[in-house]
Amino acid sequence: MPRHPPTDEPGVSSLALEGGGGAWRLVLGGDWSARELGPLRVLIDALPPTLPGAVTCDWSAAESPGIGPTWALLNHLARACASPLSVQHLNPPRHIAFLEDLRAGGGTAPHPAEAGGAGRPVERLGRWVLAQSEQTRLFAEFLGRIITVLGRAVLHPRALRVPSLTRHLYETGVTAIPIVSLIAFLISVIVAYLGAQQLRLFGADIFVVDLIAISVLREMGVLLTAIIVAGRSGSAFAAEIGVMRLNEETDALQAMGMDPIELLVVPRVLALILALPLLTVIADAMGIAGGGLLAHFQLHIPWPQFIGRLHAAIAPTTFWAGLIKAPVFAALIGLVGTYRGMRVRDSARELGRLTTLAVVQSIFLVIFADALFAILYVRLDF
Amino acid sequence: MAESPDPVIRVRGLVSRFGTQLIHDGLDMQVAAGEIFAIVGGSGTGKSVLMRTILGLRRPEAGTVEVYGRNIGALPRSELGSFVQSFGVTFQNGALISSLTVAENVQLPLREYRGVRGTALEEHSALCLAMVGLPPQSAGKYPAQLSGGMIKRAALARALALEPKLLFLDKPTAGLDPISAAAFDELLLYLHARLGLTVVMITHDLDTLFRTCDRIGVILDGAMLCGTPSGLAANPQPWIQAYFHGPRARAAAGEGHG
Ligand SMILES: Nc1ncnc2c1ncn2[C@@H]1O[C@H](COP(=O)(O)OP(=O)(O)OP(=O)(O)O)[C@@H](O)[C@H]1O
Ligand SMILES: [Mg+2]
Repeated sequence: MPRHPPTDEPGVSSLALEGGGGAWRLVLGGDWSARELGPLRVLIDALPPTLPGAVTCDWSAAESPGIGPTWALLNHLARACASPLSVQHLNPPRHIAFLEDLRAGGGTAPHPAEAGGAGRPVERLGRWVLAQSEQTRLFAEFLGRIITVLGRAVLHPRALRVPSLTRHLYETGVTAIPIVSLIAFLISVIVAYLGAQQLRLFGADIFVVDLIAISVLREMGVLLTAIIVAGRSGSAFAAEIGVMRLNEETDALQAMGMDPIELLVVPRVLALILALPLLTVIADAMGIAGGGLLAHFQLHIPWPQFIGRLHAAIAPTTFWAGLIKAPVFAALIGLVGTYRGMRVRDSARELGRLTTLAVVQSIFLVIFADALFAILYVRLDF
Repeated sequence: MAESPDPVIRVRGLVSRFGTQLIHDGLDMQVAAGEIFAIVGGSGTGKSVLMRTILGLRRPEAGTVEVYGRNIGALPRSELGSFVQSFGVTFQNGALISSLTVAENVQLPLREYRGVRGTALEEHSALCLAMVGLPPQSAGKYPAQLSGGMIKRAALARALALEPKLLFLDKPTAGLDPISAAAFDELLLYLHARLGLTVVMITHDLDTLFRTCDRIGVILDGAMLCGTPSGLAANPQPWIQAYFHGPRARAAAGEGHG
């Protein structure tokens, strides 16, 4: 057997058709190895679509014929010639009998086209509605299983899985503190700066304090934190659980009599519900600090005056109006992330799609819920 | 041990280490052209690591690995890619791309390296599937929709797509029922005879060993002991004795030598 010849230059592949009428002669030359499958295929496709009469293939000059090119030629001849008996091979490679056996066994049966297709609009609408109602049913079932676990936890606190809960509390809460602080600080500096430019026109610089206090405490602190957490932890939840689904780890847990919802989903959701309010408090503090620093250094508002104005601006409910939203947002993010993770099946692509969907949907739901809160607060005059 | 003049694979003084854990300690191995060579050894003795090292997926801590006379460890990354194209590989768990159908998995290397498109691709993947005995209907299925045995076959079809001269198989019959495993042995012998392959196979399946292999390399304490199946069976080393003459071995050996 020859050594691997990477630099050996064989002749250029060729395929010549000679003769005519009832007697054809195909002369193969040059490199017919598997490496040349692409170019050889072009030569083979250039042969006439039908070759009536007898065909002789002369393989004498073909160098190291590969299986792929041989197969392509045999297939073409089978289509072009009236009967397989009319083809003769001269000096064929030794695998030709093997390939002809495979052909006889029907190895080339085309595989069926993939199901699906656009369909008519009404049909598509119908399918969409059915898919949506199925989704809703599945999500309701998911919620139900979580509530069952929580109910069980009332009787048997072990079902809360405290070690797992603390790990997730650390990963979703403690490790998020730097980024949440930084973003809350910077955004509130930016808002204070732009607000001050406008308010200065009216000589009302001091109201920057009101602007910062109310916007950070009521809206921005909690909303920014929720969006950051959705990006960090919502995606992590979906990906972690999704990979476990792909490895059949969830099936293994279930087969051992353990409930994946109890082990994987509930600790994550609860950890997030605990972590997000705490992160919100930190974001609120950093936001006020950012605004205060800007007011001090840019607008030259002295600290006592800033603090006094802050007291006047904040109603007793302002702080709580923001904080109450945090557990709700956390529940939305945690549920969507873990639900999407549990829906992963079969493939890596599905994992990516559902992780993306988890983040997009949880951010959307957070903002939607925020709008509902805004309306509610106005109605309640909160 | 026969010193083949021009081996396809020559491993000399291989040392592999993970942290403080020494896996291979001066391992030597040679595989001659056209041979079916089996690597055996207890779980965790470093069979898969050896295969990954030969494939250039892992750089050894010491020693050289030559394949077709070229030192894998010294090849730059760019050349390594085109060099390992001439090997066919199946991994222990199949490693089919989960988001592609069986046919697309087989077509992937062709599309990438041969510039083949359209119906030519379809035809060639149908050939590869037929070679390993997969029914044409399985072409449109995704890996998650296949049985364990079909995954092994589909992985072999993908490994054969570029018509390699050298085939690496990691536990090709593990998890198959005895009948499918025996069919896999026959398939391997058949392809080996028809395509003139050199095969390096990791296996614990004694039936496969006695049915298909020309030579066996046993990994013991980080080194390799090579020999023919019957030669090794006569080796007094305790692990080898237990391996070849344990309760599960006798039936297989009796048949193979009969
Ligand atoms: N990436 C890694 N990091 C650390 N240790 C590893 C790594 N890969 C393998 N090992 C260790 O190397 C040893 C050999 O592993 P390997 O996968 O080669 O075993 P094997 O011989 O193929 O076993 P099996 O028959 O069970 O497949 C094991 O002890 C394993 O723990
Ligand atoms: Mg292994």
